[in-house]
Amino acid sequence: MIPELGMFALILGLLLAMAQAFFGLVGAWREDPAWMSVARPAVAGQFVFVATGFACLVHSFVVNDFSVLYVANNSNTELPLFYRVAAVWGAHEGSLLLWVTILAIWSLAVAAFSRGLPPRFASRVLGVLGLVSTGFLLFTLWTSNPFKRLIPAAADGASLNPILQDFALSIHPPMLYTGYVGFSVAFAFAVAAMLEGRLDQAWAKWTRPWTICAWIFQTIGITLGSWWAYYELGWGGWWFWDPVENASFMPWLIGTALIHSLSVTEKRGIFKSWTLLLAIFAFSLSLIGTFLVRSGVLVSVHSFATDPKRGLFILAGLLVTIGGSLGLYAWRAPKLYVPGGFELFSREFFILVNNVLLVSVAGLVLWGTLAPLFYELLGIGKISVGPPVFNLMFLVPMLPMMVFLAIGMHSAWRRGKLSVAAKPIWWLLAAGLVIALAVQRWIYGSVHLVSMVGLAFGIWIMFSSLLEPLQRWRKGQRMTAAVAGMAIAHFGVGMFAIGVSTVNTYKIEKDAAMKPGAVFSIAGYDFKFVSAHDVAGPNYEAVQALVTVTHDGKLVATLKPQKRHFAVQQTDNSHAAIAVNAGRDLFVAMGDPLGDGAWSMRIQYKPLVRYVWLGALVMAIGGAVAASDKRYRVKAPVTTAEAIAPPPKPDPAPGVA
Amino acid sequence: MSRGVGAELARRAAAVIAGVFLIVASSQGLDDHGQLENPALQARYEHITQQLRCLVCQNETIADSDAELAAELRDEVRQMLIAGKSDAAIYRFMRARYGEFVLYDPPLDARTIFIWGAPFALLLIGGIVIYRVLRVRSRMPLDDEQEAGPK
Repeated sequence: MIPELGMFALILGLLLAMAQAFFGLVGAWREDPAWMSVARPAVAGQFVFVATGFACLVHSFVVNDFSVLYVANNSNTELPLFYRVAAVWGAHEGSLLLWVTILAIWSLAVAAFSRGLPPRFASRVLGVLGLVSTGFLLFTLWTSNPFKRLIPAAADGASLNPILQDFALSIHPPMLYTGYVGFSVAFAFAVAAMLEGRLDQAWAKWTRPWTICAWIFQTIGITLGSWWAYYELGWGGWWFWDPVENASFMPWLIGTALIHSLSVTEKRGIFKSWTLLLAIFAFSLSLIGTFLVRSGVLVSVHSFATDPKRGLFILAGLLVTIGGSLGLYAWRAPKLYVPGGFELFSREFFILVNNVLLVSVAGLVLWGTLAPLFYELLGIGKISVGPPVFNLMFLVPMLPMMVFLAIGMHSAWRRGKLSVAAKPIWWLLAAGLVIALAVQRWIYGSVHLVSMVGLAFGIWIMFSSLLEPLQRWRKGQRMTAAVAGMAIAHFGVGMFAIGVSTVNTYKIEKDAAMKPGAVFSIAGYDFKFVSAHDVAGPNYEAVQALVTVTHDGKLVATLKPQKRHFAVQQTDNSHAAIAVNAGRDLFVAMGDPLGDGAWSMRIQYKPLVRYVWLGALVMAIGGAVAASDKRYRVKAPVTTAEAIAPPPKPDPAPGVA
Repeated sequence: MSRGVGAELARRAAAVIAGVFLIVASSQGLDDHGQLENPALQARYEHITQQLRCLVCQNETIADSDAELAAELRDEVRQMLIAGKSDAAIYRFMRARYGEFVLYDPPLDARTIFIWGAPFALLLIGGIVIYRVLRVRSRMPLDDEQEAGPK
């Protein structure tokens, strides 16, 4: 009964989403206040019904209703309650429902906080969001119904993949999705502006906080995923350049570019068409990312054959969204061009460089991910694009980017002069180089040029981002949220850089065959395999090893890695044990029993690896601070004096200006 | 294009996409043999196994994979190292037997130039774009007077 109610609620949600789209868009087109006024209540209603549908699916998982096919496939009576709830988004159908639910929440937030916007514009934004909702609900109901019954019901479920039974990974999809879906708000603002044929500085001011919010969630989502891969997959790597990771990284890169380009549009009213293009791309890549990871279409050739409906729907949906918005863009964007000058080394220049480099990285990641496909299709041969290539693709644009970032933070709008606070900037670069060299030479024992440069630039960026706040503090000037947020986020970039340069160069990963009593030494740490014994978890049996780590004879850590066996799925899963401090991680994972009480063990030393995730979190915090700036909370005037009439001038550099 | 060719192309595309977009597997290929006695050889062994792709897996190196084939390939690398073969000889052997696909770090040649050269090409294009935009924009008025208005 409950699943049917859920299904019914989703259908009602779909109808309301259609109403929201129709009255929002057509009402704005006819300039009919009565029609337009339908959009907001429709959003509220859609939210209620979609959330009800979601709650029904959660309920089916909580009560172990194995007459629901999706529950039977992804849950089990032995699964702890927390993971039964997380199992809702453990596979394709539930993930989609989560996606639509999060979209409904974003739409509700937009409906609530858009009352200060011009009614026609707000109505169009809600209309576009309604279109996106409609598409996703149609897809869910038509091809991926999570409430499909299994008759007769299964006695017990197949349970959730053991590697997904983890706290970080349970909240990773909702975070990432909140980011992905959040870009649909920026997209809706962009499409609404194109439909209006008008885009002014106020538009950028409305769009920017929404975009930053989406970006924050995506940053946290990716970070959680990386952290999870590090400790749960047992490899101790934190980024694999896997297509699934790349799919989440590309919209993030574009989103980062978008936040920066929006600040130029907000301040100067220029870079409009470029901002629009980024908003379209961020959303399009989010869509592609969602589908690549969870649709199942790309995971198995079989699912294409048995369910071509899904694949076709996805392709058609992508084509309509991307093609439609780009078509609209081609038609409207040239009219938005506004002349507005700036000099070399002005703020606009630095943000232009930032955008070009970020988009380059996104393009390179896309090319690296798809290149093997092209090579094979063209019959040139099967090639592999792996981490060596991706690392180069990342590093080549990113090293110059760091230089421009350290300096660009202190640039002025319009004119190519640095602020007073930036006076010591070159001394700080020298200090960064000296520190990096000293750290590599005396702490890690060897100097590696590229990572030394990365480390030095990271330190430089951290120093540089402190200059402006320090200056204001010394002079007793007011500290705005915008300035603080920028400083914090860029400080995070520096932390990330020092983490990456150090861990990638000085990590030690060793496999050892160890018997109880054996000692294995890396980086001055002695890992002693003391003993192994059986332990039982809520839904698994495990062998737990006791490993003591000593440094110069002093006990540093006692580690208890486990090799878990999940009876329901008949799979084994290695649960690593990690000792953390500010300078390094010590990591032990169990492999297979080798007989005679011996085990294969992976033992790792990871210097500064935490700074990778801490840096990303600090970036997200910086974003949150920046988005809380007062100017975004001021109610926008309904009529915008800043609207600039577009002169009929051809765009000299389409795409960027 | 005949229907057959189109279908074949689509099938190949689907197969390749499937190969490309697989989720990382949960398993790990820990080495059962322990360390090589010579640490220099062990270091080379670790490096080489990180550069070779497990052919039956989904985007994993033979160092990371626990597939049987990966174990065999690891063993093969180990034996060749003990026999005194050079790194280049080992890569050549693997490439001759399994094709370019096995190399995660493909050598620079006429075909891989589009991959290895892409970052530099994009940097160049980016530079040109920045130059062109800057040239146009730096001749436009800075409209400082707008500064007086509300921020």
